[in-house]
Amino acid sequence: MSDDTTRPGNDASVLPLRGYRVLDFGWAVAAPTVGLALADMGAEVLRVESRGRLDGLRLGESMARQASIVNDPSPDIEMEMHPLFHIVNRAKLGITVNIRKPEGVVLVRQMARLCDVVIENFSPGVLDRVGLGYRDLRRERPDVIMLSMSSMGQSGPLRDVTTYAPTIASLVGLHGLIGYPDRLLGMAAGGFADANAGLMGVFAVLASLRHRQRTGQGQYIDMSQGEATAVLMGEALMDNAMNKRVQRPVGNARPGMAPYGVYPCKGDDQWVSIAVKTQAEWEALCRAVGNPEWTREDTFADAYSRKRNSDALDKRLAEWTRQHTPEEATERLQSHGVAAAPVLDIGQVYRHPQFQARQAFVHIEHPYIGKEAMYGTVWRLSGTPGGVFRRAPFLGEHNSYAFGELLGLPQDSLERLQADQAIS
Amino acid sequence: MTPGVLEDVRVLEIGQGISSCFCGKLFADMGAEVIKVEPPDAGDELRAHGPFPGDVPHPERSGLFLYLNTSKLGVTLDVTGPTGRGIFRKLLDSADVLVENHAPGTLASWGLDIPALLDAFPRLVVTSVTPYGQSGPWRDYRGYDINVSALSGVAAGIGSPDREPLALPLAQTEYQGAIAGAVATLFALFARDMTGRGQHVDVSSADVIATMHVAHSKLPPVLYRGARHARTGHRDPEMPYPQTTLPCKDGYMCLGAPQIQQWARFTEAIGNPDWVQNPRYRKRRAMAQEYPDEVDALLAPWLMARTKEEIFALCREHHVPFAPIRTMDEVASDPHLAERGFFVAADHPAAGPLTYPGAPFRLSAAGWAIRRPAPLHGEHNEEVYCKRLGYSRDDLCALRRAEVV
Repeated sequence: MSDDTTRPGNDASVLPLRGYRVLDFGWAVAAPTVGLALADMGAEVLRVESRGRLDGLRLGESMARQASIVNDPSPDIEMEMHPLFHIVNRAKLGITVNIRKPEGVVLVRQMARLCDVVIENFSPGVLDRVGLGYRDLRRERPDVIMLSMSSMGQSGPLRDVTTYAPTIASLVGLHGLIGYPDRLLGMAAGGFADANAGLMGVFAVLASLRHRQRTGQGQYIDMSQGEATAVLMGEALMDNAMNKRVQRPVGNARPGMAPYGVYPCKGDDQWVSIAVKTQAEWEALCRAVGNPEWTREDTFADAYSRKRNSDALDKRLAEWTRQHTPEEATERLQSHGVAAAPVLDIGQVYRHPQFQARQAFVHIEHPYIGKEAMYGTVWRLSGTPGGVFRRAPFLGEHNSYAFGELLGLPQDSLERLQADQAIS
Repeated sequence: MTPGVLEDVRVLEIGQGISSCFCGKLFADMGAEVIKVEPPDAGDELRAHGPFPGDVPHPERSGLFLYLNTSKLGVTLDVTGPTGRGIFRKLLDSADVLVENHAPGTLASWGLDIPALLDAFPRLVVTSVTPYGQSGPWRDYRGYDINVSALSGVAAGIGSPDREPLALPLAQTEYQGAIAGAVATLFALFARDMTGRGQHVDVSSADVIATMHVAHSKLPPVLYRGARHARTGHRDPEMPYPQTTLPCKDGYMCLGAPQIQQWARFTEAIGNPDWVQNPRYRKRRAMAQEYPDEVDALLAPWLMARTKEEIFALCREHHVPFAPIRTMDEVASDPHLAERGFFVAADHPAAGPLTYPGAPFRLSAAGWAIRRPAPLHGEHNEEVYCKRLGYSRDDLCALRRAEVV
């Protein structure tokens, strides 16, 4: 941990969002990530689920089956054993409501009165149709902040398009930039659009909460994952706007930097990344690799020539990197002041001393599958670090609390609502 | 000027490159007052980055600079010397947030040690966005986007298996660090409401990418199933077939059908060719992991006879989540984004009228807007130093001659 945490004023018990309550209808990854960040920093986040329409992350055979302490789990237990669900829903409370039932809709409206923020990523129009759209919720709570996250937004010709993360990245040009100069691959790793939208969504919600503090005004946030991703393509979009240029995949190249890329190392499929920008960094690299003759050629004398001759430069540098493991190359280069880092797979990331020192990963005990690894808070706040590392809820685990305590419904009402499948 | 949800927040931004710029931009476009502090000589390095209109470089016409610095005021200041440092402290006096992205220890070397700043300005939030963060064995290591991509695990999953691993395009790790920095800054402002104090917000781009972008979905299969986190080219064999990018008549399509009904609807939409009945092509896991080339070849004739938009239209009709791999001109002229009003026109005194990507989200009240174009180098020196801090024009000239501003 940084030295700052020992300064006076570090208070792990101050949670920046304590006292705020969130109704989180999000499912899959993108929208629940918003609720997750708010929960991590102290908000009470009620994850709304429904037995009749389970989150896809709860379905199927759990990959953690063999870690399970329960042999031959029933479906009710198996749905509680999915690591991906646990990760994006930790620190949240779990309730079940069936919004296809009028009584379920009434429950949600009542709940909304007690909530500062409502998050959803249903297909556009779904909540409006059952009477839980922004207009409806605003009647219950005029200053509510509602975040509607969708693939391509609540309006427009692609409003109803079926998508998931790779579709979005394809539609806004990200995938079209991935590949080598001679081969487009169009495939990113994991759901880039999901995590990005999650972070952007938190920003929008927090900004809206501050605005409400000052003005008393609520907010409707129409968030398109496509647009949230398109804003990251500015460099290429400006080139098109200015010059009608259509950028294509360039491998790892970046303007103005050479050497810049990933170089082969000793061992099977081992690689090190190296980046040089300034003349001083170049001279440091020359020293690090032992000042061989070739580094003194005019071809590589300054940044302009290095970029012009980057293919030849890469070949030369690879001759050196091939003699070292990624860690050796990194250590040698960094000790001379050159930017270098090994290409790590996620297993190596998990065990790496830097990420361990940063507490990037935490472990949370789960009754069915034991200790689970997941990421901690992604930011380090020196004064109020936050971090509520409580396991994800079981389905409907906090129904009594939410409907009994918060809404004050008597036990017989709860039982009737359950029998009528409104709480379900 | 349109009111904004963050209009009561005052941000000082001092940095080089994408991560500090984008963090400041997120605040500025939402109405915060963001004063960008640039070195008096060349300014932010992005002024030399481009792209440039007609490919003619000009420090006031760099596309990436223009885009990432909308809605900000701009001053020049050399904070490394005593006079400049003193002026900077005067600016800090009325700031809620300082955003910076220098290597850890740099500010301290300029006499602007962060813990000391937090003592001198108790309500100040200092947000530092760096490749590896302010702590840990890598604290003093150098890093650019390619290095963060390598260390964080994202590059291990992108690229052809027989070629070098790839980073995400256009330095994405810097943007993600910037967004996380903006989010964490707002959390710090909420904390300030409770405690009356600011704090140091420390964001590492490597942390953000490694956790939220890679580990959240890639770590569990490694830990529980002993899966290998590796690059797999134009397809993802972990998903049932198809999860792949394939050529068509005028470009490429991204094919994905996580749910079996979606795949069934697609095969129906293409007229139920005979091969679909073959049991070999009904086992989506085997198709993905054992003989994907074979199935790609079966799809090829149909794909190569049709354009991206024809295929996309057909897929939308049948609720199949395939998508065209759009190129930048197609994104720029996308009728959907046009109807959404995503692209925004803004005029700039040196670059002229241009179209910019717009809001990452739409707010109903006091929303996102480009409130002014990116500042010229030192454009607001007079307004900030003279009108606000009380320096005379004489002072300003003297400071300029001394290269303090």
